[in-house]
Amino acid sequence: MTQPNRLDDGGVLIDRSHKIKFFFDGKPYNGHPGDTLASALLANGVKLVNRSYKYHRPRGIVSSGPEEPNALVNLGSDATHEPNIRMTQIELHDGLDATSQNRFPNLDADIGVLNAAASRLYPAGFYYKTFIHPRHAWKYLFEPVIRRIAGLGKAPTHPDNSQYEHTYAFCDVLIAGGGVAGLVAAKAASEAGARVILAEQTERLGGRLLVDDDAEIDGKPARVWLEETIAALEAMDNVTIRLRTCCSAAYDHNYCLLYERSGDRGEAAQVRHRLWRVRTARVIAATGMIERPIAFHYNDVPGVMLASAVRDYVKLWGVSPGEKTVVYTTNDDGYRTALALHEAGRTVRAILDSRKDPSGPLVEKARAAGLEIRPNTGIGKAKAKRNKLEQIETVNFDKPEAPGKTMYCDCVAMSNGWSPVIHLYSHSGGKALWDEDAVMYRPDPANPPRGKDAEAMVFVAGSANGELTTDAVVAQAAEIASEALSQLGMKTSAVAPSVTAVTETTTVPVWCTPSPGKAGLGGKHFLDYQNDVTVADVALAAREGYESVEHAKRYTTLGMATDQGKLSNINGHAILGKTLGKTMAEVGTTTFRPPFTPISFGSIAGRETGNLFKPVRQTAMHDWHAAHGADWEPVGDWRRPYRYQRGDEDRDTSIHRECLRVRNSVGILDASTLGKIIVKGPDAPKFLDMMYTNMMSSLKPGKCRYGLMNNENGFLMDDGVVVRLDEETFLCHTTSGGADRIHAWFEEWLQTEWFDFKVYVANVTEQYSQIAVAGPKGLELLGSLDSDIDFAAVPFMGMAEGTVEGCPVRAFRISFTGELSYEFAVPVSFGLALWEKLHAKAEALGGGVYGTEAQHILRAEKGFVVIGDETDGTVTAHDVGMSWAVSKKKEDFIGKRAMERSDLTRPDRKQLVGLLTEDPNEVLPDGAHGVENGKAIGHVTSTYFSPTLKRSIAMALINGGRARFGEVIQISTAKKKTIRAVICDPVFYDKKGERQDV
Amino acid sequence: MAAKRKPRYSIFSLARNSMSHHQGWEKAWRSPDPKPEYDVVIVGAGGHGLATAYYLAKNHGITNIAVVEKGWLGGGNTGRNTTIIRSNYLQDSSAALFELSRSLFETLSQELNYNIMFSPRGVLMLAQTEHEKRAWQRTHHATRLNNIYTEWADTKRVKEICPIINTDPGARFPVLGGLWQPRGGTARHDAVAWGYARAADDLGVDVIQNCEVLGIDREGGKVTGVQTTRGAIKCGKLGIVVAGNTTRLTDMAGFRMPLESVPLQALVSEPIKPCLDIVVMANTVHGYMSQSDKGELVIGGGTDGYNAYTQRGSFQHVEETVTALVETFPIISRLRMLRQWGGIVDITGDRSPIISKTPVDGVFVNCGWGTGGFKATCGSGHCFAATIAKGEPDAVAAPFSLDRFSEGRMIDESVAAAVAH
Ligand SMILES: Cc1cc2nc3c(=O)[nH]c(=O)nc-3n(C[C@H](O)[C@H](O)[C@H](O)COP(=O)(O)OP(=O)(O)OC[C@H]3O[C@@H](n4cnc5c(N)ncnc54)[C@H](O)[C@@H]3O)c2cc1C
Repeated sequence: MTQPNRLDDGGVLIDRSHKIKFFFDGKPYNGHPGDTLASALLANGVKLVNRSYKYHRPRGIVSSGPEEPNALVNLGSDATHEPNIRMTQIELHDGLDATSQNRFPNLDADIGVLNAAASRLYPAGFYYKTFIHPRHAWKYLFEPVIRRIAGLGKAPTHPDNSQYEHTYAFCDVLIAGGGVAGLVAAKAASEAGARVILAEQTERLGGRLLVDDDAEIDGKPARVWLEETIAALEAMDNVTIRLRTCCSAAYDHNYCLLYERSGDRGEAAQVRHRLWRVRTARVIAATGMIERPIAFHYNDVPGVMLASAVRDYVKLWGVSPGEKTVVYTTNDDGYRTALALHEAGRTVRAILDSRKDPSGPLVEKARAAGLEIRPNTGIGKAKAKRNKLEQIETVNFDKPEAPGKTMYCDCVAMSNGWSPVIHLYSHSGGKALWDEDAVMYRPDPANPPRGKDAEAMVFVAGSANGELTTDAVVAQAAEIASEALSQLGMKTSAVAPSVTAVTETTTVPVWCTPSPGKAGLGGKHFLDYQNDVTVADVALAAREGYESVEHAKRYTTLGMATDQGKLSNINGHAILGKTLGKTMAEVGTTTFRPPFTPISFGSIAGRETGNLFKPVRQTAMHDWHAAHGADWEPVGDWRRPYRYQRGDEDRDTSIHRECLRVRNSVGILDASTLGKIIVKGPDAPKFLDMMYTNMMSSLKPGKCRYGLMNNENGFLMDDGVVVRLDEETFLCHTTSGGADRIHAWFEEWLQTEWFDFKVYVANVTEQYSQIAVAGPKGLELLGSLDSDIDFAAVPFMGMAEGTVEGCPVRAFRISFTGELSYEFAVPVSFGLALWEKLHAKAEALGGGVYGTEAQHILRAEKGFVVIGDETDGTVTAHDVGMSWAVSKKKEDFIGKRAMERSDLTRPDRKQLVGLLTEDPNEVLPDGAHGVENGKAIGHVTSTYFSPTLKRSIAMALINGGRARFGEVIQISTAKKKTIRAVICDPVFYDKKGERQDV
Repeated sequence: MAAKRKPRYSIFSLARNSMSHHQGWEKAWRSPDPKPEYDVVIVGAGGHGLATAYYLAKNHGITNIAVVEKGWLGGGNTGRNTTIIRSNYLQDSSAALFELSRSLFETLSQELNYNIMFSPRGVLMLAQTEHEKRAWQRTHHATRLNNIYTEWADTKRVKEICPIINTDPGARFPVLGGLWQPRGGTARHDAVAWGYARAADDLGVDVIQNCEVLGIDREGGKVTGVQTTRGAIKCGKLGIVVAGNTTRLTDMAGFRMPLESVPLQALVSEPIKPCLDIVVMANTVHGYMSQSDKGELVIGGGTDGYNAYTQRGSFQHVEETVTALVETFPIISRLRMLRQWGGIVDITGDRSPIISKTPVDGVFVNCGWGTGGFKATCGSGHCFAATIAKGEPDAVAAPFSLDRFSEGRMIDESVAAAVAH
């Protein structure tokens, strides 16, 4: 396995002493450590690597970096399968197994290519104009076919077993990009004493300086300066350098994402990707530039590449993509590629330069080297043979119709100038300005993204700011760094390095090369390779009125591929402008959206998957429940025992046993998940009077009161027992799911409305275990406890403090079952001990545990509401028959005025009632609606078979229901099926409440 | 009135035009300069504004209309949303409005002669707690009574409809079933705006882009015109259809609105071959996902906790949503987020829209669609046009009037969906 395109020397990144074997589409190849998959395949002479999205045209590698639009592959299989990865960003490693995608049956003989033959029928937006009739064909015929043709790689089929993690960091200066500008900025910032993080997306520092090393810095060859600078930075304690780490996004408030691909190199890495969230005082984006391609007829055949990429392959990896290369350039920099190829001993067939009179040191150097330069000339068209470039035909810009010269070549290196990478500047609102002279968008210093201190948050350094030559890059980077630092009150002692660099003249871009003859109109001058968008497509969009840059983008899909327009946008916008007769500035640009390059969903989820996804909150008795047959129900972030199963009995058997046990002897329930919020301070009574519909200020210390909470609209949002612990301290119980919400609600009012109230709020839900003891034998159970509390003396809605079996407790005499009942609150570390004690005593009395479902049935028998079941955000306290809990004395409380609005006082509102089915064994379905004359009149809110009453019971909200007791209504349960039920009082059991208040 | 109706789109016109290398296509819409005066000015060329203009012209014979747009048509939330279309709403008034809209979507491509790619692929709303299950069952009963077809899908059926959902009973929030609306789905958002714009233009409506309304002129409590970046325009009636910018416009008209403007975000993955044929919403864990025809997974979640006009995202919601979806669809972990963005949504106290007359005579508002108004584009335009034409809301629009807030006549859907799309 030789590597035909590997040069004999050169390649600063590769280690020729080692070989790596890898596979592409099942075929074995060799490469070296330091190669990317792209460089290794090029070394092996592989040109065809993919098929395009729409026309399935054969495509090759175009670039050498993250801007690559074509060379996407699948890696891995099953749990490691990953589609759409850019070959230019895959570091070669042993056993690497890549497969091409979007082709059938294989790359060379893809049948999708038939498409291309008919491509004339498919201009931009063709699908908006057709597939309209017959109506159902879109869903059943056209859409499925289009979906199958579209999409790139295959979807994964297995869950991913890799580990991902998040990490957090803070710094003064975050530098994105480890090229010369980033290094100069890092040096300046570090010497000013700033905490610096330098993130570089590749595995190396140096950026283009590794390739274009023709400058002298501080009197040394660029490479030497580079090595010294890196060593100096690495020695600094206040500098963190992360390689393979892309600064993906800069959000508001100086919040940035770094995406570190630490484990993408085959070896069993502990962490595959790490997502850094960095709060930084300033960002310096030293993110460089991306070269632009040139549109010409069939500029997409494999072998047509960016000039800078060709040079990268030669110099970094010792690979020449072609034997014979034609350089097509609109600027001086293209000559560097010609020279590099020439120096590497490869043939440069010719340099085609769009400019009439190219001059300057680089041009002269090429001339001196004897390279053929053809001014005022471009590529009129390219021609492929067996899916790779075979020849090009030149075109003279002044006489495009004249026949050009045919040149045989297997590589085209094209350069249309550069576009600064200003993504990070734009992510959080920075504006870009079109610089007509430099032919590029540059950051507008007057409109930067502003950080939390309203100062500029992102600074752009070096070529990312549009500087072309190394001397300008270094000077600007040093200057911008000291500006950023001075905003932070820091001053650097670093002196900007002095640089001698080769001068260059600016580019004279070619947005579309004229094509001789037929290709003129029907030409395929590609702008967006991946999405197959051509010059004709953009021009068509403009002609059809899709004139806004966003319309043209969306109509043609220009810039919407996985490279997000890194290569295509500027060329496309220029074509749009040309067609509309507008300048680039008038055309404007689309918005850069995060992330800069795609980031894995796995890294976003981090460790929060499986059991760690919203970790289950556990009460002190959780394991005990599990060991005693708990059948769990998710409630908020908790899981609660729905019932305790014995053997393999069915749900009803357990639930009914648990209900009857409470009614007949004694049951215990883990109520620890109830929210518990301490409200404390001199203004606590006043505050709670506002938060609850009831009066809380009149509550006596040591007493409990059931309270209701409204939202501003006067609808119920939570309920629970409030205990006054002392004059200034209240303990507010909330629903299990409501604790965090209500805590936040209290805080919101205190922080935004009543910031003058002297009140503190603390959520102590997890600090206490809470156990309910309910049932006629409750007092007997309590009497048998070793305690200093006289339970019989605690009145209904009273509280006592003391010890029970050695545990410090608060005992509340409250009931949600209708039975005599106490709730014990103990510090959570005592929870299990007390629970076990109480359980043993309950069992001794013929009682035991009960779960949430039994609790629900017991309360429904008593007509007690559950927030979220009987209420749904449209229900008032009056609707559920709890007007008694709405204070008439208080001047104000949340929702008071809202409750007085006409619709909330309508007599025919839905009201809470009971429903008894005519057939006592028929249980109404949850959520079924009552119907009258075909219209809904309300719905079932809770429905059960009551083991106590040995019949079905239900609660419902029915229009004007309270006035309709005794009436029979129809409940619709399915199409044409209704059940008859009698409206009644929602209290089904012990209407007088004698059992709880003995 | 435009003198000449546009040629129709079809496979034949496409074939004919391909002969001339597509040089002969006409503009989809004109770029007219504003006239000094119109019978009706609609502010905002989003889907709702354009649909309103279209139905005013088509159903009510009012064609002297301008739709003025500060940017490019369809560039607001219309061009930023995740395109979920469903009508499985709980409250009767919502069900009537959203089902009207959904049913108009069924034939919209034919109506507009523009393929808006309505794809009734089905919408599945997962139940992952007992409470959520009861809520969906209630909604299921309600939709049946409103003649909207939905099914209750048990866990097994959920797995059949969507094999990539994690239905492991041991999952953190196990899937207990779902509410399935097979005729819900998606449509191509841009195409909806473009199709309405082209059809309205064809009926003589002036769609005027890059024309921001800066002031609203009134005389004696009645609207007389608007001040714009392209000059003053007089009008008999004014329809404000500007989503997150509503309060800025109503400030110009001198009245306040019960609305908050907050960012809502969405994101897409890189395109992959089809793996998800339906729309799935998982409210308990907070995320929803579908796959576009292009192959991208289209993902959305909750709104930011603060008011803003930035039209861009923060990361917190992306994280919350993606984490939820990796748990719900474990195969997506190795796929990648390609792009995230945000839109500014206008949220009312009951999360239902406002289609209404206002305190200013001749000014009408259509707003409050919040996180879920794309699906209502057709229905909203349809009944807002009727409201403007007649000066009084039609039967579908009537419950959504502004006075419901002073009367407390809320139409609250939050019970049925914590993430309301
Ligand atoms: C991320 C996201 C996801 C969503 N997902 C869904 C979904 O899945 N399903 C769903 O049904 N809905 C969804 N929505 C909601 C939906 O997008 C909106 O409800 C709907 O598109 C609103 O349409 P519109 O025409 O009212 O507003 P817009 O499309 O926002 O149009 C308003 C227009 O008014 C213009 N305007 C504003 N001020 C002025 C002025 N002063 N002068 C002139 N013009 C002005 C704006 O530029 C804009 O073009 C989502 C929204 C977002 C942001």
